Formats: sequence, C-alpha cells, structure tokens
Amino acid sequence: MAGASKAVVDSRANLPFVYRQYSPEQLRQVLHKMYLIRRFEEGAEECYMRGLIHGTMHLSIGQEASAMGICMPLAEDDQITSTHRGHGHCIAKGAEVSRMFAEFFGKTTGYCKGRGGSMHIADVAKGNLGANGIVAGGIPIAVGAALSSKRMKTGKVVVSFFGDGANNEGAFHEALNMAAIWKLPVIFVCENNGYGMSTSTARSTAVKNIAERAAAYSMPGVIVNGNIFSEVAEASFKAVERARAGEGPTLIESKTYRHRGHSKSDRNRYRTKEEIEDWMANRDPITLFETELRDFGFIDDQGIQAIRDAVAKEIADGIEFAKASPAPEIATLQNYVYTEHA
Amino acid sequence: MDAAVRELSYAQAIQEAMAIAMDMDERVFLMGEDIGVYGGAFQVTGDLVERYGTDRVIDTPISELGGAGVAVGAAVTGMRPIFEFQFSDFATLGMEQIVNQAAKMRFMLGGEVSVPVVMRFPAGSGTGAAAQHSQSLEAWLGHVPGLKVIQPVTPHDAKGMLLAAIADPDPVMIFEHKLLYKMKGHVPEGHYTVPIGKAEIRREGRDLTIVATSIMVQKALDAAAALEGEGIDIEVVDLRTIRPIDRQTIIDSVKKTSRLLCVYEAVKTLGIGAEVSALVAESEAFDYLDAPIVRLGGAETPIPYNPDLEKATVPQVPDIITAARDLVKGVR
Ligand SMILES: Cc1ncc(C[n+]2csc(CCOP(=O)(O)OP(=O)(O)O)c2C)c(N)n1
Ligand SMILES: [Mg+2]
Repeated sequence: MAGASKAVVDSRANLPFVYRQYSPEQLRQVLHKMYLIRRFEEGAEECYMRGLIHGTMHLSIGQEASAMGICMPLAEDDQITSTHRGHGHCIAKGAEVSRMFAEFFGKTTGYCKGRGGSMHIADVAKGNLGANGIVAGGIPIAVGAALSSKRMKTGKVVVSFFGDGANNEGAFHEALNMAAIWKLPVIFVCENNGYGMSTSTARSTAVKNIAERAAAYSMPGVIVNGNIFSEVAEASFKAVERARAGEGPTLIESKTYRHRGHSKSDRNRYRTKEEIEDWMANRDPITLFETELRDFGFIDDQGIQAIRDAVAKEIADGIEFAKASPAPEIATLQNYVYTEHA
Repeated sequence: MDAAVRELSYAQAIQEAMAIAMDMDERVFLMGEDIGVYGGAFQVTGDLVERYGTDRVIDTPISELGGAGVAVGAAVTGMRPIFEFQFSDFATLGMEQIVNQAAKMRFMLGGEVSVPVVMRFPAGSGTGAAAQHSQSLEAWLGHVPGLKVIQPVTPHDAKGMLLAAIADPDPVMIFEHKLLYKMKGHVPEGHYTVPIGKAEIRREGRDLTIVATSIMVQKALDAAAALEGEGIDIEVVDLRTIRPIDRQTIIDSVKKTSRLLCVYEAVKTLGIGAEVSALVAESEAFDYLDAPIVRLGGAETPIPYNPDLEKATVPQVPDIITAARDLVKGVR
C-alpha cells in the first residue's frame, strides 16, 4: 500500500507506527476488514450451528489484528501460507467473503469449488496458497515459494502463518534452517494464542517465547503484542523490508488469544472462564484499534457505525450468494485430482 | 444391569481396555496429542488422565514423528506404550519411525529386541473433515512386514483386540473408523482378548461372500439384510486383521459361495481388495468361482469436502446392494 503524504506524517509524529505510515482512509479500511473477519467468523459459526455448514471449523475471533497487521505491508502479489485457523488470513489477503462462504457451503463458486471447505480455504489469485489441515504443513511450502521468488526474481515476499503448536513439528525446524541458509524472502509468523488445542505452550514448548527459536537459525526473532494492530504491522513492515532487500527471513511471534474453543468440539476444559473473559473484555483487538482510531481522530462514532453496517450487509449478501450457488455435480467427483489436458 | 447384555460404545470399549491394561501392568502407558484433560479428539481416552495421572496419560507436543519414535524407544526398553495419532492421516508424519524403525528393529538386530508398541489411528471419512483428515491408509502399513495391522469393527472386538495388541510383543497398528466410535454393542466385563490374525464370519450365507473391512462390515450386513427379501443369501466376512491376513477363512468361504465381493473404504486400487482377490485367485478356491471377483472401494480421489461428493467417494449400502445383486444374478 502507498504511504501517507509528508505533511500528514509530520502532524502524526508522536503516534504509533501505522498512524505515521498509512493514510486515514487506509486505516479505516483496516478497521473495516477487522470487523469483516469478526463478522465472517460469527456468520460461519451461526451457519454451522444451524446445520448449513458441515464438518468442523476453527475460528480466529480474537486474532484479527494479527492477520491484518501482518498483511498490511504486503503487496497484492506477495504470498502467504495459512493454517487450519485461516479465515482471517484469507480475508486479510484480499479474499471475498461471498466466495469463502460458498466454499463452506460446499458450492462450485467457492474458492476451492467445494472440495476444500474451511480447513483448505485459499485464494490463489490474491496470493493465499491455502490454509492447511496439517499443523506446520504450510511452513516448508512457504520456503519453497520464497525459493521461487528468489530464483525467478519476482520480488515477492512470502509469509507463513502458523500457530504455537506448530513450532514443535520437525517441518518448522527444517524449514527455518533452509530459509536461513539460503537467505530467502520469507517471514515466519507464529500466532501464539497460548494453546495448541488443549496443550499450553508451557506444557508443550521448551522455550518461553517461540521467538527464541530464531536464534537457532540465525534470524531475527521478534515478539509483538498480536492484539495491537500497529505493533504487528510495524514488525511485519520491517521483516518485509529485510526480506525484499535480500537479507533473509525473520521470525515474528505474535502473542494473541482465540476467544472460541479450538474447534467446534472443544469443551474448554484446559483454560478458565476468567481467562477467556479477561481477554475478551480487556484485550479485544478490534476494540483496541477502534479506540485508538477514535482517540487519534481518525474516525468518529458515525464512521464506525457506517463500517459496522457495511460489514453486516457484506456478510448477509455473502451468505445469500453461498446459498444460491450451485453444488458440484457428482459426475465431477474426480476433477482436479490431476491436471486436465486440453 | 445384566452383565451378559452390558452395552458400551466403541470408544468406551477402547477406553476400558486401556484402563484394564494399565491396572494389570505398570508398564502400560498412553501418549498422544490432547489425550489428557481434553480427553482425546474423539473422547476415547476420556477421563483416564484423572484416574491414572499425567505420568501415564501423557500429552505430547504436536510432534508425531518424535512422539511415535519415543513410543518405539520406550517399547524396546521395557515399557508398553499405546500411542494415539489424533487422526490416522498424521501417520504420514510418523511414518519414518513406524516403517523404518518399529517394523524392522527386531529383524535388523537379529531378534535381540522386540517392539511391543501399540499405535491407534482414528480413520476414515464421513465427518466433513476433507482431504487431510479423512483418509484410510491402513493398506500402507499393511504392506510392511514386521507390523501387525488390525481394524476392529464391533465394541467387543475393539476391546478384545486392543488387549491382544497390548499383550503382543510386536508393533500393532489399530485403525479405528471414526464413525464407529459412538456405535454401541455388547462388551463383556474384565479382561479378554480377541485374536489378531483371525477373520470373523458375521453372517453366514450360500450365494456370495463379501469380505469387508472396518465400517464396511456394517454396511455389508445392512446390504445383506436388504437382499434377504430377494432370496439372495450373503456371507459377510469381517476381515478384522489385514496383516497377517486370515487366508483360510476367506478361501473356505469362497469355496462355499463361489462368488466374492470385496468392500472397503480405502482407495480401490492397490489395496486390500487386490490382496484378497489375488489370494483367492492363487488358491484352490479359484476353481470354485462362478463369476469374476468384484471390488468395491473408494474412488480414485482424495476425500472431498462437499458432503454429497464425500458420500459418493466411498461405497454406500445401495452400492453394495447393487454390486451384490449383479454378481449373484450374473449381470456384468
Ligand atoms: C500434523 C498434525 N497434528 C495434529 C493435528 C491436529 N490439530 C489440528 S490444529 C491443532 C492445534 C494447533 O495448535 P496451534 O498450532 O497452536 O494453532 P491454533 O489452533 O492454536 O491456532 C492440532 C493438534 C493436525 N491437524 N496436524
Ligand atoms: Mg495455538
């Protein structure tokens, strides 16, 4: 995205990074998208409860600032690999909620033509190479995409999103090492929401902060408050600059929290109600960002209401689009297994 | 309740077997992802952590390769680990330790060690979990000498075969179809075993042998019941163990019925159906065949997310009915 003009930048000299770097309009867009992610998740959850969507899903409610902050400095043709908790990444990278809903409804108009569902949501045209059903599965793929970028001199930067749980898979370690030795333009983004399913990082992980893993692979390891959009975006901005300059990978640990259970079958027995309520009431990323925007005079209540209304309509329209879309024909069962020859 | 008709779900039966084994033998312990306070992704371990503590019900990090290897190492050195893969699909991550280590260690070391590890794999489609959480990979492991691979279908067998697996000195891989977990059936109290390597005739019949595995046994029984009204009398063989396979039960059944239909959920080609067909073709039962052997297996595609496509990917009761009827009536 383009930067703000010099005059505007000067008047905001004491504000956090994003308020200096981006225009008010761009920042209002960010709030819009954070709401879009939140309402998308809520809409998907409701459709699931009503039996309109089957399978399972992993909601990213509470992690919106992380997805948006990381994607903020990315160009449209930069790429990401995402996770099972990937709806927010998909929207942040530019996907349309209508085609995401259509995918969840198993329709041909969905991003994966009804074959992938929530866990494989992707938007290849916008640079999202896909969510992943395999924890850490996307990390080496991102390194491969970064290798392509370097060899083909496309200038693309690749971001690999993954959770705290993924940092104990071999794929994570092997991928980080290769990215480092080959100085590839890739950014590893660990969205540490405290738990891999029911297992806290304290119980699963030998280091206190996952960013400490970076030292083992000679790359910068950065910790940010994942619920503060500006902090995340600033760290991402620096990592993108470093990657584009050919200086190699960065590991960003974005500390955040998921408000909902792990998936639709979680009874939340491994964490307290108080803990969940505390995060929801006191560290909600949308509330935090909205408050800042208002305090700094970037938006007023009317503007906020306009965003909420627009988002509500987008979600309702998206669900309608999904419902009205056609389901795949059974005869097409074996499509896409191999590349079709004309 | 009358002990003779006590019913448990398949998941409860497995849990009971693990509890009995832990009560009987200090060396038995459980490892896996979220098997403690979460109770396991399919609630199979349930509250065992409260009863046996975190030393014996161990939540691992998300580290399938390392976790499987730790279980192998513990097994070789005197313990009796039961390792749960959260989904059978993640066997792909643990494959190195399963195939190169667990399966071959005794052989490579000239019989100096045994590897009494049990690994459990929730498998199969039907839950809308799409391509990476719905596979049936049992034949992959069935291809590896040194492993034993079982697929119990009833709660009774789930308990008895797990207890047999725990007592077995060699690595036993158990594939549990996810749709079976909630199914109920009679489960005797206390310790008993059901032998590994022995198929079971679930229904006797004269006209056709269906050799089925896992949840397809249930579907084959439903199909057989439906065809009874048409005067078609089907024998259903529950294979139960795919390695070592029970050749004799299959051969004897085919000699009796002269027709063979293999039904399994995994991708049709290069799998269980090929093995069962070939062993019949190689045996004296070949001379008894009145019709070509038929295989009904999964379509040659990953499991799709869309529920109708997902159902169309694996054999369903109507497919079995049609195939069985055509076979018996000589329709080709
Ligand atoms: C290889 C593999 N192991 C286990 C799972 C099951 N599983 C799915 S998500 C998950 C927890 C992941 O935790 P984390 O990486 O922290 O991501 P989060 O869910 O917290 O976003 C587990 C165990 C899986 N999908 N893939
Ligand atoms: Mg996590």
